[in-house]
This record gives sequence, C-alpha cells and structure tokens, in this order.
Amino acid sequence: MGGFWTIVARDLLLARRQGAATLLVVVFFAMTVTLFPLGIGPERVVLARIASGVVWVAALLATLIALDRMFQADHEDGTLEQLLLAGPALELVVLAKALAHWLSSGLPLILAAPVMALSLHMDARGLLVLLAAMGLGTPILSLVGAIGAALTVGLRRGGVLITLLVLPLYLPVLIFGVGGTEAAILDTSIRPHLLLLGAGLLGAIALTPWAAAAALRLALE
Amino acid sequence: MTQAAAQRRGGGGWHRFANPARFRRIAGAVAPWASGLAVALLLLGLALGFFVAPADYQQGETVRIMFVHVPSAWMALFCYTALAAASAASLIWKHPLADVAARAMAPIGAVFTAQALITGALWGQPMWGTWWVWDARLTSVLVLLFLYLGYMALWQAIEDPAKAAKACAILAIVGFVNVPIIKFSVDWWNTLHQPASVLTTEGPKIHASMLWPLLVMAAGFKAYFVAVLLLRMRTELDGARLRALESRLAAAE
Repeated sequence: MGGFWTIVARDLLLARRQGAATLLVVVFFAMTVTLFPLGIGPERVVLARIASGVVWVAALLATLIALDRMFQADHEDGTLEQLLLAGPALELVVLAKALAHWLSSGLPLILAAPVMALSLHMDARGLLVLLAAMGLGTPILSLVGAIGAALTVGLRRGGVLITLLVLPLYLPVLIFGVGGTEAAILDTSIRPHLLLLGAGLLGAIALTPWAAAAALRLALE
Repeated sequence: MTQAAAQRRGGGGWHRFANPARFRRIAGAVAPWASGLAVALLLLGLALGFFVAPADYQQGETVRIMFVHVPSAWMALFCYTALAAASAASLIWKHPLADVAARAMAPIGAVFTAQALITGALWGQPMWGTWWVWDARLTSVLVLLFLYLGYMALWQAIEDPAKAAKACAILAIVGFVNVPIIKFSVDWWNTLHQPASVLTTEGPKIHASMLWPLLVMAAGFKAYFVAVLLLRMRTELDGARLRALESRLAAAE
C-alpha cells in the first residue's frame, strides 16, 4: 500500500503546482451556479426550489474539468508505463488517482457548495443533506470518471469524448443526490437516498478500478 | 486471435463460428430466411394491429402506436443486452466475431431506441397532452440512446480496430449497469409512465386481441435484427478483408 499513498501525494502535489487546478474547478463551479439566477431570475422561491439540482449539475460538470488530465499527462511522459511495470497493481493506481482527483476537485466542491447553496436560498436542513449526499456522491463521480479517462487516454480529442461517455453514467448519482435534498425539503425520509448513494459508492470502489485498469492496460499495449 | 488459433482449439463450441469463411456460409444461408420472416411477421403484425385489434376504450385509435412503440423499447433494451453479451464474449474468450457483432449491433440498437422515443412522443402528445415528460423511464431511454452514441463515438475515435474493439467492450459492459436501472426505474420512481403490464407475475394484464399484434411485431423486430445484423457483420468482414488486401498491395509495391 506504500505505493498507493505515494501516488496520491504525488498527484496532489502536481495538482497544486500545475497552476491552481483546484481553484479553476471551484471557480467554474461558482460561475455555473451563478448563471442560473441570471438566466432564470432572482425570485427567492424559484431559486430555493431548484437550488439542490443546480448545485449538483454544476458539481457534475466541474468534476469533468480535471478528468481528462487524470491519466493523460502520465501517459504522455511515460510515467504510466513505469507505474504498470514497477508500481502497485494497476487497479490500486486507478484508486489512488481517483482519490487524488476527488481530493483536488470533489472535496473543494463540497467546501464551496454551502456558499453557493445559501446564495440560492436553500434552507439549513436541505443544506446538511446536500453536503452528506455530496460527500457520498462526488467520490463516485471521480471513480466512474476514471473509467472514461482511462478509455480515452492517448486519444486526440479525448476531452470531449469523456463528457459523452461519462455523463450518462453520472445520472444515478444526480438523481439520488437531488432526491435526498428534495426529501429533506418535503419532510420525507432521506435515508433511502443516502443509503443508495452509499451503496453506489461501495460498488464503485469495488468495481470501477477493474474496468479503468483494463482500459489503461489496453492503452499501454 | 487469428483464424489459425481458433482452429488449433479444435474448432469446438462457439469457436466453430470464429472462422470467417464458415460464418459467411452460415450467415449467407440464414440471412434470406431472417429477412423473409421479418417482412412476413411485420406485415402480419401491422395488419393485426391496424385492423384486428380493437381501439382502446380510453386511448382510442392512438393505442395502435403501442404496437410499434413497445416492441421498439424492448428491442432497445435487448440490443444493449446483446451488445454487452457480445462485448463480454470478446473480452473473455477473445472471440473474433464477437467484436464484429458488437460493432454491428450498436447502430441497430440506437435506431430502435430512437424509434421508441419518437413513437412515444407521438403517442404522448394526444394521450398526456405533451410530446415529452421528464419521467424517469423516458429519461432513462434517452440516456440509453446517449450510451449507444457514446459507444459508437468511442469506436470511431480509436484508429486501431483491435484496440477500439476492446475499449468499446469495456465501455459496453460498464454501461450495462444502466440497463437494469432502466427496466426497474418504473418501479423505483413510478411517475407518469404506466407500470409494466406484459411481464408481470400475474401474467399479462392486457387482452389477447392486443397482446397478439404486440408479440408478432416483437418477433418481427427480432427477425429484422438478425437479418440486419448478419448483413452488417458480413459487410464488416468484407471491409476488414479489403483493408488487409489493400495493405498487402501497398507493401508489395
């Protein structure tokens, strides 16, 4: 497992030093959320109604930004081949990269989400559920995104393709993520939504590294 | 996996069909029958649907759209299941024809999915008073269409056909988790779309006069699927052969 944490630390260091990648993700997230009041109008009731959906959609799109770099740079300079030869199992490499991606894009989004949600007049109970759901949901986005990133590594227009490949797979996360907050607003049980997200996260941790590693091996053939 | 490798295995089981020449012979024999069957069943199904089946007491004549819509939706799911199965066969057994089949199936499935969506919209306008509702099931069929399009886009983006086949196979299997979500989304979210009424534990809930045209159309679509799949696979194999001949010719010059 030593190699695992080395990769996580290295990717975080790279994310920090390669020109504020995290900041870019958060600014994109904030900008996207800002577009909605401008496009829809500033009515308090309307914004409060759509707040959770807007925050989730913006988060979904924001996680896509850093996705195409997850393996691309390492593929270009040969690091990925070295990892395949000498690193831990490729599945663990994928997990480490997904964790680093989550720490550098998912977690900052969760930290920024309360500000954006409050600006859309979400109430406190809804906000708590939103944060819990994002805590469970955004790692799934990083893990599933890793498959898209691995499948398109080395392709010339991989970035655009990732969006088409990954967004359909993000949909259940969006549905249950928003469902939790909706349930909180409507005062029904939030438990099933969070449980389903948790189940999704466990399933994603168990399964996505295999698919992404298989795709990486293919790219390195 | 080459033809020779397939023959070394003694040509047993599914690998009997890995030989393109043998496949071509069998496909050539089956394709006309499948095409004929498709035409006959679709004509019979349409005739039953238009003239024999009664108009619904609630939906009126509009119910006849269902005889195209429902089998299309079934085919949309069936094709994706077949796509994932072929992809799994390609990854696990490295069956050379599985790649060809998977690639050939995707556009067929995409067309059936689009057809289900379009006929659904045509039915929804008079019935629900709207072309489209953001109901879970409609949305998930739309997502299925996106899955097909993503699959086809990935296939086009990778130049090496062998690599493209494997990458697409991985994507198809990953996307396959979506198919059960679509099937059971009706029960999960249960909104405007009516719940499943043919495959229920108590047996079909619709009357035989409406069930028969539905089943005949479904069988007709299946036969059409087989006919077009065989045609596309043969074209695909011809294309591969042509590319091989061209590169050999280029090397000889």
